[in-house]
Amino acid sequence: MRLRGLLIIAALIIAASLFLPPFYITLANYVGLASIVVLGLVLLGGAGGLMSFGQAAFVGLAAYATAYLTLSYGLSPWLTLPVGLVLTGILAYVLGALTLRLTGHYLPIGTLAWSISIYYVFANVPALGKHDGLADIPGLSLFGLQLNSGRGFFYLIWAVVLLAVVSIENILDSRFGRAVRSGGRTTPMAEALGVDTARVSMAIFVYAALLAAVSGWLYAHFLRFVNPTPFGLSASIEYFFMTVIGGATSTWGAIVGAVFYIIGKQWLQTLIPALTGRVGQLDVIVFGLIIVGILHYARQGMVPFVLQWMPRRRPRDVDTNAEPLRRRAQPQAGTELLRVANVEKRFGGLAAVNGVSFDIRAGEIVALIGPNGAGKTTMFNLITGVAPQTAGEVSFCGQSLRGRRSRQVLQQGVARTFQHALLRPHMSVLENVALGAHTRGRSGIARAALRLDRREERQLLGEARRQLERVGLGDVMHVQADSLPLGKQRVVEIARALAADPLLLLLDEPAAGLRYEEKVSLAKLLTGLRAEGMTLLLVEHDMEFVMNLVDRLVVMDFGEKIAEGRPDEVQANPRVIEAYLGGVDECLPLKRAG
Amino acid sequence: MDSQIALILIEDGIASGAIYALLALTMVLVFATTRILLVSQGEFVTFAALSFASFQLGVTPQIVWLLGALAVIVSVWDSVDALREGLGRRIPSILAFNLLLPAAVIALSLWAAPLKPPVLVQAALSVAIVTVLGPLVYRVAFQPVASSSVRTLFVIAIALHFVLQGFGLLFFGAEGFRADPLLDIDISLGPVLIKGQAILSLATLAVLTAGLYAFFEFTLLGKALRATAINRVGARIVGIRTPLAGKMAFALSAFVGGVSGILAIGSTTIYYDSGFLIGLKAVLGAICGAMLSYPIAIAGSIGVGVLEALAAFWASAFTEAVVFSALVPVLLWLSLYAAPTEEGHEL
Repeated sequence: MRLRGLLIIAALIIAASLFLPPFYITLANYVGLASIVVLGLVLLGGAGGLMSFGQAAFVGLAAYATAYLTLSYGLSPWLTLPVGLVLTGILAYVLGALTLRLTGHYLPIGTLAWSISIYYVFANVPALGKHDGLADIPGLSLFGLQLNSGRGFFYLIWAVVLLAVVSIENILDSRFGRAVRSGGRTTPMAEALGVDTARVSMAIFVYAALLAAVSGWLYAHFLRFVNPTPFGLSASIEYFFMTVIGGATSTWGAIVGAVFYIIGKQWLQTLIPALTGRVGQLDVIVFGLIIVGILHYARQGMVPFVLQWMPRRRPRDVDTNAEPLRRRAQPQAGTELLRVANVEKRFGGLAAVNGVSFDIRAGEIVALIGPNGAGKTTMFNLITGVAPQTAGEVSFCGQSLRGRRSRQVLQQGVARTFQHALLRPHMSVLENVALGAHTRGRSGIARAALRLDRREERQLLGEARRQLERVGLGDVMHVQADSLPLGKQRVVEIARALAADPLLLLLDEPAAGLRYEEKVSLAKLLTGLRAEGMTLLLVEHDMEFVMNLVDRLVVMDFGEKIAEGRPDEVQANPRVIEAYLGGVDECLPLKRAG
Repeated sequence: MDSQIALILIEDGIASGAIYALLALTMVLVFATTRILLVSQGEFVTFAALSFASFQLGVTPQIVWLLGALAVIVSVWDSVDALREGLGRRIPSILAFNLLLPAAVIALSLWAAPLKPPVLVQAALSVAIVTVLGPLVYRVAFQPVASSSVRTLFVIAIALHFVLQGFGLLFFGAEGFRADPLLDIDISLGPVLIKGQAILSLATLAVLTAGLYAFFEFTLLGKALRATAINRVGARIVGIRTPLAGKMAFALSAFVGGVSGILAIGSTTIYYDSGFLIGLKAVLGAICGAMLSYPIAIAGSIGVGVLEALAAFWASAFTEAVVFSALVPVLLWLSLYAAPTEEGHEL
């Protein structure tokens, strides 16, 4: 079906080339060149949540590289293309290494500054022709065919556009693509699911820069002339605006945005002087206002705005016959799995967790309970590496987890859910669960773009489907995650954690927000997991649920462990009663504590 | 380069650095209260500077018509909103701030321009125009989406730069202007000749920094802004109107931008698009303090000014390239030592 869509578009492009007059062919070439750059921004921003105001500078780098090398050294353009790509890749890597570790606004500011710097370098280096630029760049020849005319370039440029579209759609529809869309550093979830967010961000940043470089190389040989102006900050901002206008979450939005912007600009530049009698770049006012308007009223941009009224594409079936993923060997029941020894966590003067010790043996269900603010969720965060402990030791299977980040803890076999269900709202339930199996695959951006990951992808999706069916949500796997009620979202989180094939499963308030019947089936699910050899640690407030389910309880209050033991022991423990019921005056029913 | 030249360069650098520092201060302030990284603050610099140049020529700056149009739009918008919410009694104050105040500034400009009033009056009028413009810009561009992500607000700020720079071109033309320095004296201090303009810039920085400090420390409005900066939701719960805080921040930002513009046009030619780069250099200064620290923002901005002066001496064609590349070591330092915690925020 995808193939058919592409063929239709290819046919349209060929038809357009036959009927369009030369002026529009040239315009279409500019649209194509911009689309290639904007497609990179779609991957970067719409999917990965990163902003770059430096794309025009990457375009310029490759354009100047090929211009200089072909003119000064007489190199073939086909040799300068890899040179430009390598140069751009290295620079993007350095820029990324500097800014991607920092949050939010540093990448846009960093790319913005880089954009300005490189512009002044282009404009002042004598070898690059200063403000006048370089002229008489050779055209391209392909298989002995000279691409001199706009029409020849039209085919080449739009072939590249289509390839870029396909590569990005492939990337987004893969293990790597789910990692890109996992929210990165804005949420603790992505790392906790095993996504190396810094590496993912770097990969898409470099790929977007490389697309820009291809566009720059084509630009130089199409126009046969380069000067600094089209590679300045304004141009970078314009590429960004095209992304916003077309819709950053849609690959086709990139092309629509480029068409709208370039044709609109052309039109305004003839209209405004006619209306106001002034020349100059007044079209920026109109485009600036359009962007402000879009961000106020239709933030998703044109294509997604229209698509929301269209019927959704039917989701692909998941191959149930895919070879299952390899599973970890579960440890012998009764061996020590997790050991928490004298763990302490201080926030300034406040001890959220103060000298807590306990251990968990393979095959048991342990609950961590305690009134609000007892430090249970903090304890979870310490175990899973989301936050570092101040003192003490957590070890898993005899290995210390000190200094491990959440991603590495997951790889050891500890998976978790979050107190406030953290699903990616715009991804399907199936994709969310497949994200849980991230660490069980290895395909990266290149394999995804080239579709070499299909076998593994089938396995991952098959695993996700199996886990969803295991928790009883097989019927909603193609539904968008945020359309599920909260209770079901929690169960999806459990399926996602299971997809990581953990040895120990940490559940943060799994029963909160569930109805009675749902709680009963959740309890059944958890007991079933234990029967299969899984070990569980849960934080829970619903005492009835906990007491009937678990083997052992650890009770915390004000950051300290006050009791540990079998449910009946704990229920009889005076300190626990004291902690939950307080003084004699304020008698709260046990079930509603907290 | 001998020490004589070095001293002159450093003096020049500090003088322009003081202007960046002024802007950086308000940038940090605006970021803290509204989470907007106002890269378009530089446009207020341009507007005030070129208005000042217009007044010097005895012409009313055409930018007042933008002010007038925005005043009408905001008055109607706010009044309709107030009526819808059943708060008709607010309309008089809405009109007073959004219509009468701009109208008074416009009328004064129209009346005073041909009379060629004293230079200080011209400067005051130019600053007044942008100061009144600031909150109106906030109202239209940012207030409806005030709770959006930092990213969205940043993109709006960039779009705003396009719009305002376009209006700058429309109303002032592509020609550059330069005005006489406000303080045209030179003081000999041993081997160094200190320009009046440098003293004026530094004095303005000192006075405005002290003024802002007093404002935040001793006035209720200032404390309300600070509260908003620390916790927006909390501030709203205790009854601080966050739109008001945003408008105040923009008024301050535009005011300081305007003052910087008057200072800048005394020592350099200002074009319709000069403000953006000036503003971005202030961003560099502010970034040194991670958009959080006022003192580091001032120090960083002065550093940017000095670097710029030195670069202009050694490799004048590459001045901007050198200045903006200076962000690299700053980012490196931030990412190694001041990296935000792992638990990021949904931006």
